[in-house]
Amino acid sequence: MSKVIEGLLYSESHEWVKVEDGIAVIGITDFAQHEMGDLSYVDMPEVDDELTKGEEFGAVESVKAASDLFSPVSGTVVEINEALEDAPELLNEDAFANWIIKVQMSDESELEELMDAAAYQAICK
Amino acid sequence: MEENLLKTCLYDKHVALGALMSPFGGFMMPIQYSSITEEHNAVRNAAGVFDVSHMGEIFIFGPDAEKFVNHVFTNNVTGMPSGKILYGMLLYPNGTVVDDLLVYKEFEPNRYLLVVNASNIAKDYEWLCAQAEGFEVDIINDSDDWAEIAVQGPLAEKFLVETLGFAKAADLSFYTYCEYERVCDNHQHRLIISRTGYTGEDGFEIYCCPDAVNEMWDKLLAAGVVPCGLGCRDTLRFEAGLPLYGHELSDSITPLEAGLGIFVKAKDKEEFIGRDAILAQKEAGLTRKIVGIELQDKAIPRAGYPVEVDGVQVGEVTTGYRSISTDRSVCMAMVDKAYTELGSQVQIRIRKKVFPGIVTKKRFYETNYKK
Repeated sequence: MSKVIEGLLYSESHEWVKVEDGIAVIGITDFAQHEMGDLSYVDMPEVDDELTKGEEFGAVESVKAASDLFSPVSGTVVEINEALEDAPELLNEDAFANWIIKVQMSDESELEELMDAAAYQAICK
Repeated sequence: MEENLLKTCLYDKHVALGALMSPFGGFMMPIQYSSITEEHNAVRNAAGVFDVSHMGEIFIFGPDAEKFVNHVFTNNVTGMPSGKILYGMLLYPNGTVVDDLLVYKEFEPNRYLLVVNASNIAKDYEWLCAQAEGFEVDIINDSDDWAEIAVQGPLAEKFLVETLGFAKAADLSFYTYCEYERVCDNHQHRLIISRTGYTGEDGFEIYCCPDAVNEMWDKLLAAGVVPCGLGCRDTLRFEAGLPLYGHELSDSITPLEAGLGIFVKAKDKEEFIGRDAILAQKEAGLTRKIVGIELQDKAIPRAGYPVEVDGVQVGEVTTGYRSISTDRSVCMAMVDKAYTELGSQVQIRIRKKVFPGIVTKKRFYETNYKK
């Protein structure tokens, strides 16, 4: 059974969001990394890129396939997790401890459309 | 479609091992058991066993068998010794590929075994029958009666000899085979062991009845051979520069374009289907060819991604990976002739970005065959 963490927000496309001082810290869930298998590449946007909620902002790739990442919020990328460039397997080791991007949100009300841990757990099967 | 998928004789064992199962070539096949990377490395460093029972076995025999095989097959079977195996293709008259296959010259006179791709069994059989008019041959598709496993890796020979008791396997050179007899369901069944494979490592392919294959599978796993799925079969063959039908070969690609001209004996043989088209293509020169491309970046090129030069498409990726053995982002791609020189600079479009790449040889891993 995949791990889910209380207190985070979740998207249907298996991203998690943690809000810190108006910044959305975004990663993929344990369920997502497990479904993908061994990750060999994380395609990340660049700092200052503008993201729109629901639109693709990158991809995670396993040996076999690429899976798009969708932004759970709109805003501006303020930081990317450069450690993933050399060590994408960090996401396999602990998907919640290794964020992918940080976004300065342009509309915090979008967070209301995301799921809590219990609701997200229900869609993972 | 799903309900029509076939199962190999090892299907229940794959499910019990927790394999990720997926359709391939009309069969429900294991893609991976643990992880593609671990299975891949097991074959490179020790030994892995694959269920390849989905492959097709077609027998050709009769007084005209040699003449007929030479008529449909690109390689030359004239005077081929028994126990020898050749790789080659069946071609359409226009030089594109019906299938790529192995031809085994049997120990009984005038008899050949053709081992073909699972997805092409029915097509190949119909194609062969349609070409047989005027030849005194029988063509039997015996795929349902034969199961097959591939034992691959530097320790494969040790497991064949010590675990399975096949002492003769140690004496086989590359692309030769030997036989044993097995009792299956109260009748004698041949067991064929060839020093062949699809991984770039030393190894064997073993053909027999489902009972015998189940028994060998169990013994090999108990002895520590790693069960390997089609996921790493693809990463392994890709690194070794081996083609996969539907990617590097197809009914719209010729063997010359795929860089497999050495398996097409247009000079040695006066006649075979597709020969005229191949000679004409040689004469006219190729307009495109499959090359290797290495990216500097870690982004992964995948089948279907465009190859570009200055924003103009000049080709397409046929297979690509982050190579497990070399940790490089590499691919095979069909590109316009102008960009096939080693060292040519191209770009590959991956989602929204383009990444610079350099044309290389299409073998990314130095193979370790036992000659």
